[in-house]
Amino acid sequence: MRILILFAHPALEKSRVHRRLVQAVASLPGVTFHDLYERYPNFHIDVDHEQRLLREHDLYVWQHPVYWYSAPALLKQWLDLVLTHGWAYGAKGTALQGRYVLSAISTGGASSSYQRGGFHDATIQDFLLPIRRTVTLCKMTYLDPFVVYGAHRLQSADLDNHADCYAARIVALRDGLEALP
Amino acid sequence: MTETFLFQAFVYLLAAVVAVLLAQRAGLGAILGYLIAGVVIGPFGLGLIGEEGQDVLHVAEFGVVLLLFVVGLELEPSRLWRLRGPILGLGSLQVVVTSFTIAGIALLLGLPWQSALAIGMTLSLSSTVIALQLLREKGVLNTAGGQSSFAVLLFQDIAVIPMLALFPLLAVAGAHGAGTGDDHGGMTLIASLPGWAQTVVMLAAVGAVVVIGRFLASPIFRAIARTRLRELFTAAALLLLVGIALLMQAVGLSSALGAFLAGVVLANSEYRHELESDIDPFKGLLLGLFFIAVGTTINVNLIAAQPVTVAAVVALIVFVKIVILFALARAFKLGIDQSMLAAVTLAQVGEFAFVLLAFSSREGILSSDVTAILVAAVALTMALTPLLALLNERLLLPRLGTRERQEREADAFDERKPVIIAGFGRFGSIVGRLLTANGVETVVLDNDSDRVDILRRLGLRVYYGDASRLDLLRAAGAEHARLIVLALDSPEKTLEMVRTIKQHFPHLTIMARAYDRADAFDLIDEGVHSIYRETFDTALRMGVDAMRLLGFRAYQATRAANTFRIHDDRALYELLEVRKDQTLFISAARKRIADLEALLRTDIEDRGLERDSGWDTETLRAEMSGAPPPSS
Repeated sequence: MRILILFAHPALEKSRVHRRLVQAVASLPGVTFHDLYERYPNFHIDVDHEQRLLREHDLYVWQHPVYWYSAPALLKQWLDLVLTHGWAYGAKGTALQGRYVLSAISTGGASSSYQRGGFHDATIQDFLLPIRRTVTLCKMTYLDPFVVYGAHRLQSADLDNHADCYAARIVALRDGLEALP
Repeated sequence: MTETFLFQAFVYLLAAVVAVLLAQRAGLGAILGYLIAGVVIGPFGLGLIGEEGQDVLHVAEFGVVLLLFVVGLELEPSRLWRLRGPILGLGSLQVVVTSFTIAGIALLLGLPWQSALAIGMTLSLSSTVIALQLLREKGVLNTAGGQSSFAVLLFQDIAVIPMLALFPLLAVAGAHGAGTGDDHGGMTLIASLPGWAQTVVMLAAVGAVVVIGRFLASPIFRAIARTRLRELFTAAALLLLVGIALLMQAVGLSSALGAFLAGVVLANSEYRHELESDIDPFKGLLLGLFFIAVGTTINVNLIAAQPVTVAAVVALIVFVKIVILFALARAFKLGIDQSMLAAVTLAQVGEFAFVLLAFSSREGILSSDVTAILVAAVALTMALTPLLALLNERLLLPRLGTRERQEREADAFDERKPVIIAGFGRFGSIVGRLLTANGVETVVLDNDSDRVDILRRLGLRVYYGDASRLDLLRAAGAEHARLIVLALDSPEKTLEMVRTIKQHFPHLTIMARAYDRADAFDLIDEGVHSIYRETFDTALRMGVDAMRLLGFRAYQATRAANTFRIHDDRALYELLEVRKDQTLFISAARKRIADLEALLRTDIEDRGLERDSGWDTETLRAEMSGAPPPSS
């Protein structure tokens, strides 16, 4: 499977988790790494280019930290502009049909806080609803997300562990070793 | 044969060019080439140059003054202070131990003690010129060994002063005072004063050099720089040095030492690089002349007549000097290879020996026979140094295998920063300020002396000079920088710089300010890809504001400008292709009009650049009114 990682982090230089995750996957063979904030610092997205990239891949990873229960602004801008009516969705919008999307995200809160009755009073799946619906509306399949919880408290060894797991998951998907829904 | 000045100049230059070229080819280094050239053209060689070689030597000694000035320029006072340990410790021990050892050997050989002591002191000195030239040639000036050598040389330069005072006392034939007509010959001017007054005058002279360097030189150089006459600046620099040399001679101090002091004082000045590159050609030529002149004094006949004696003396001198210096360097905790470097570098006898030997011979301290052999031996030790260094480098060091890490490198060249900004006017200053505000270290080159002055007062690292000059670029650290920002006013200068950089520093990434589109084309032709047209972004922002005043939404206008920028970039490259096909005879003005026409045409044709259809609900509304709405 040809994998496209759409990475959105407005301040990678301050990141601990995503820098390690990026290191683990960016140069894997058969994986295209696309750093959105590096490419479009002015939010001026080249839609033609993005749609071409989407056509050339089968599985899209949306990798980003979770900000206010959602994605950083540029990824939202990307969704707004690239997933156009008549191309990605709508009666004639079938360009992405049959493709897959994986969210690879990090949260500040621990996994225990993302529970009904917990600190955030909802699971991470609940918060990902808008993204899951977007994927479904574009006739794609949304995979079980890759989540790194409690990003602020992780030690170096934990980070290594998460990075290894992330890379393993990407490789498994690339090589068709993960059972897909 | 040797009457005319032009003929002499021709002989010297020809000998220099041919001999140095051959020596360099053979890997022997320039110094040996000059010395050989001297021997060949000298009275004992082809005889093209007669006894006037001695006079030339005096003229050429000014090269030593210039050399020490440049050395001083590269040595900030703080660094000199850090070297105080090696200077006073290693330096003084080297002079004292070597002097007495050689004097002892001379005594054993049956010379009277006065002669022995004179020989000891004379031969303890090393050649600043040869040693420094060697260290720079090999690029090891900033290693531990190089720094130690330098410290010893500095101490020797200072030690010469008491030696000159001591020599008349050694004269068996009664002291006539000094007056050798040499570098230190001006003693007569204050010789009549009592000892304490002489000291006061000397201190005053040193103080004067410091005051001139610190407070007077900069304003004067600034005023001269404002005239934008390059040669006047060079003349002023030489004037300063000649003046200091005269002052030092007048009070009986070493003019080389005075120049060194002036260099140290000016090391923090903004004109440092400019001074360095202005003095450099004079220094190089005069030093070459100096070595040729030394070569002419080597008495080949004497060496031929007493080859064993001369060879033995040379071997003994070099051996003693190397052993003592090596032992001392080891005692001062230097690594084996660094100690060896210092010992070999300083194994020769210095140019000052010629002066001291001449004096000793005249005053009867040494017999003329001994003097003749020593002169030949001293010259030979000089000639041997590059060979010894070569042997040390090729044969000895590889076997030692304990190369010391060169930790001093970093602070010695603290201006080797990642970004060089050429031109700090209305364009470069903005780039520089943004970089500085974000903690990027920059070296700025600018040729507006007023601006340099102001910027330096604000604490920025700004150097005065024509940024397109290779030597200045090198001095600013172009070999180690990663990026160079060309923000000059003049497109011609910018192109010139691009060519220089591409040729000599191909690793440097060039970012260039372009005056207009035509200028941008020239830069693209030269292979520069980061090009910034100086008015483009401002004009675009003005266009955005115009659209807003007409009622466009701010974000719409901004998006339009972003799109336009991408379109214009592409159009620039397309136009470049078109221009290549056009006839060469079309005038520049016509060309500009044609360019504009082509651009406007693509602006109209390229309407399809609207990239924001994701926010455009037209098709969605059409679909919803006809087909069943998508589930949402």
